[in-house]
Amino acid sequence: MDLLQTKGIEKQFLGVKALKGVDFSVKAGEIHALMGENGAGKSTLIKIITGVYPASAGSVYFNGKECKFRSPLDAEHAGISTVYQEVNLLPDLSVAENICIGREPRTKLGLIDKKESKVQARKALARLDIDINVGENLSSYSIAIQQLVAIARALDVDCKLLILDEPTSSLDENEVKELFKVMKKLREEGMAIIFITHFLDQVYEVSDRITILRDGQLVGSYDAKDLPRIEMVAKMIGKTPDEINQMQAGIVKNTKFGDTVYEAKGIGRVGTVSPVDVSVRAGEQLGLAGLLGSGRSEIAQIIFGVDPHDSGTMTMCGKSVNFNSPQKAVKAKVALIAEDRKVTGIIPDLTIRENIMLALQASKGIWKTMTLKQQEEMAEKYIKLLRIKTPSGEQLIKHLSGGNQQKVLIARWLATNPKLLILDEPTRGIDVGAKAEIEALTQQLCGEGMAVIFISSELEEVVRDCDRVIVLRDRKKVGEIAGSDISLKNVMKLIAG
Amino acid sequence: MNKTSNKFRHLVWPLVSLALLLLFNALFTKNFFKIEIKKQDSAQAVQALSGTAESPRPGTSWITPENYEAAGDSAEAAANAASENAGAAANAASDAAGQQQAVPEKKDGNGVSIFGYYLYGTPIDILNQGSKVMVLAIGMTLVIATGGIDISVGAVMAIAGAIAALLISMLDAGNCPGASMGPAFYWIIPVAAALVLSSIAGFWNGMLVAGFGIQPMVATLVLMVAGRGVAQLITDGQIITFDNPGLVFLCNGHALFLPFSVWIVVTMYVIAGLLTRKTAFGLFIESVGNNERASRYAGIEARRIKWLTYVICGFCAGVAGLLAASNIKCADSNNAGLNLELDAILATVIGGTSMAGGRFFLSGSLVGAILIQTLTTTMYMKNVSPAIVQVPKAMVVIIVCLLQSPVFRAKVLSVFASKAAKGGVQ
Repeated sequence: MDLLQTKGIEKQFLGVKALKGVDFSVKAGEIHALMGENGAGKSTLIKIITGVYPASAGSVYFNGKECKFRSPLDAEHAGISTVYQEVNLLPDLSVAENICIGREPRTKLGLIDKKESKVQARKALARLDIDINVGENLSSYSIAIQQLVAIARALDVDCKLLILDEPTSSLDENEVKELFKVMKKLREEGMAIIFITHFLDQVYEVSDRITILRDGQLVGSYDAKDLPRIEMVAKMIGKTPDEINQMQAGIVKNTKFGDTVYEAKGIGRVGTVSPVDVSVRAGEQLGLAGLLGSGRSEIAQIIFGVDPHDSGTMTMCGKSVNFNSPQKAVKAKVALIAEDRKVTGIIPDLTIRENIMLALQASKGIWKTMTLKQQEEMAEKYIKLLRIKTPSGEQLIKHLSGGNQQKVLIARWLATNPKLLILDEPTRGIDVGAKAEIEALTQQLCGEGMAVIFISSELEEVVRDCDRVIVLRDRKKVGEIAGSDISLKNVMKLIAG
Repeated sequence: MNKTSNKFRHLVWPLVSLALLLLFNALFTKNFFKIEIKKQDSAQAVQALSGTAESPRPGTSWITPENYEAAGDSAEAAANAASENAGAAANAASDAAGQQQAVPEKKDGNGVSIFGYYLYGTPIDILNQGSKVMVLAIGMTLVIATGGIDISVGAVMAIAGAIAALLISMLDAGNCPGASMGPAFYWIIPVAAALVLSSIAGFWNGMLVAGFGIQPMVATLVLMVAGRGVAQLITDGQIITFDNPGLVFLCNGHALFLPFSVWIVVTMYVIAGLLTRKTAFGLFIESVGNNERASRYAGIEARRIKWLTYVICGFCAGVAGLLAASNIKCADSNNAGLNLELDAILATVIGGTSMAGGRFFLSGSLVGAILIQTLTTTMYMKNVSPAIVQVPKAMVVIIVCLLQSPVFRAKVLSVFASKAAKGGVQ
């Protein structure tokens, strides 16, 4: 019998139909992958199942009974726990407090039993084979550990169905393996797991069944072993496998390089990155490779002036510059699409139009205001160009899916017509179709003479797209490879040392 | 849903509340809406403008600590007279003409209209009395939109009033450069000085908040507490009264049928509206208030934007301080603008601007300020004792805030919907 079943779920947001009658079911003791492009309705479906949103129509059955959860807590009590893409924990509380919050063990006097809560936290983490100091603040641990703490918290309740929404997007390879081990163990225990990810390899590594959504509609549910990868992608984006092959072959790598656009000699910042030389030519795509925390993003932030450098010099188009604030970098036509979209990217309560015009307007200053017509034309242009899925530019950006938000941010910076574009993890949490689009777009921009610095933890992407790769380890540059020497093997070798 | 309806959605509930309040007054308060056209005695007008006809030496009086108590009482009486004027005036309006003259006499003394005519009645008085909060609400709205708050505006009002009164007394005595311009013109000096000083106070707040990253509530608390002390220092601990016609005209004069203060408010709202909506300033404020870090990453000078809003807020407090001093013709460092920061914050919140920062609505704040003043005036006209007037005020405010909350409206609607559904089944 199915543990969870949904029948004809529909959801409407301010004139947009996010889900159009979805039937979906999960059995106990299986890992079920929920797949689809950005905006296909995966997150919305999950939020309806867990009671974040009420459904506009349709019903949810859990354990054979019809359920109408009014809040995630309600769903949690029934045995459905969720770990979201972005870590939803309290960074300034300790690990133990985070795990036990809302269900703290009490002493006889009714006070919180700190000792007992630490014991419980340790027990919960031990289930995932993690051994850390649970008294320490959560923020002192890496995002990866925080993610695992979030999972430990979810498991801590008497949980029958675990939903993991993009749990691996901030984990490195070893951590992913650990997580999969845990997931398989939980499956043995009879738990049902819904797994959402954009990493196709991972889907096949752990999933038993795959359900695919497209444009808010159910495409179908399949046994993982009966669904070849290319066919799954085809179903997700609604194209035939042949068309996809063509799309990937269609990415033409630019080979004509111009003059040096940006050059930095020995830029560094005490406690952040050791001095490093970076230079990019027009039309060139420079990759920064390395593990999480190896200093990739830090270099991007130093170049963009978010964290000013305290050693070294930089030149832009031959002229000496000193980017000690983002304003200066923006005025010199440098653009940074930063790593953490939610914190450093979107302005959630502003419209798509306003989000797109923001950087251009900021470089113009307060007085030279663009007319509403200019703004609307600009928004219209980029919505079409980048295929942003939205009814209009007047939609608030927070209502868009992650991938479409990312496209809006790309539009924001393309609008400033930059000479140097820095992309920090632009493809994180983005589906195959959009990934290919972004890769094709950066190549096209290079062809038009833009210099690009590309940062990604997916080495395949770096190897495929970059003309030169700087490899980092422990916040130091450990090597630089160019041209035909760029291969997965060579990059890995340098990373490993 | 079209664009226009979205644009004005935040105004719906404050306007509905205001309409209800006015309806209440229309039904239960006699002559609330009675507005008369009055003619200014031309001789009086000339005298008031020139300010020299009656007394050979323009009068400012210093109240020394010895007679402070008595003076404090008289100042308070003047303030009360000003706010209760509305109630008294409206009731009086229905009475005999002779009596009618008696009550507003104090105001008429300096009430000047450019065309010799002006409107008189409770609604007009609400606009005049509410002008201080309306002006304060401009700056407060911008500051709150950046995610901050400024609780020092009441104290800054006291500083502005104090410096203006001090300078005017020096000018009247002739020991200040500029006195040669004559009392008809030299009031410009104290007005300018008050606005500069209050802008500096705003600059100080901005420095603490944007420059040094101190929490806005704490940073502006400094000036809230110290500001009245500064004002006392300026006036040497005394209450300075003045009767300079220019200064008195600000809140007691009339122009184009309306109190001059109303035109000050209109001008300031027009300028603020143009500044925020016809330039990118408003967008930057909303962006910084909504996500400061992302705004910085987008190349916006977030700190400078925040800083600027505090300077604007200080300037607005200066204008309000001048209006307050002008209204009662004296600078009372202890009571000028007392608790008005709360009214300004309330007006902003009622107007639909979130305390968390982000989107802001100047028009909403204006309606909010009018609503608060209408409420206060209604209380006085209904003879609610000043001691308990805050209670009904708080009740109305909470109702408006609840109506503004989508969560609350959804809850109420769902109750009605389920009742309707049940009714349908039966």
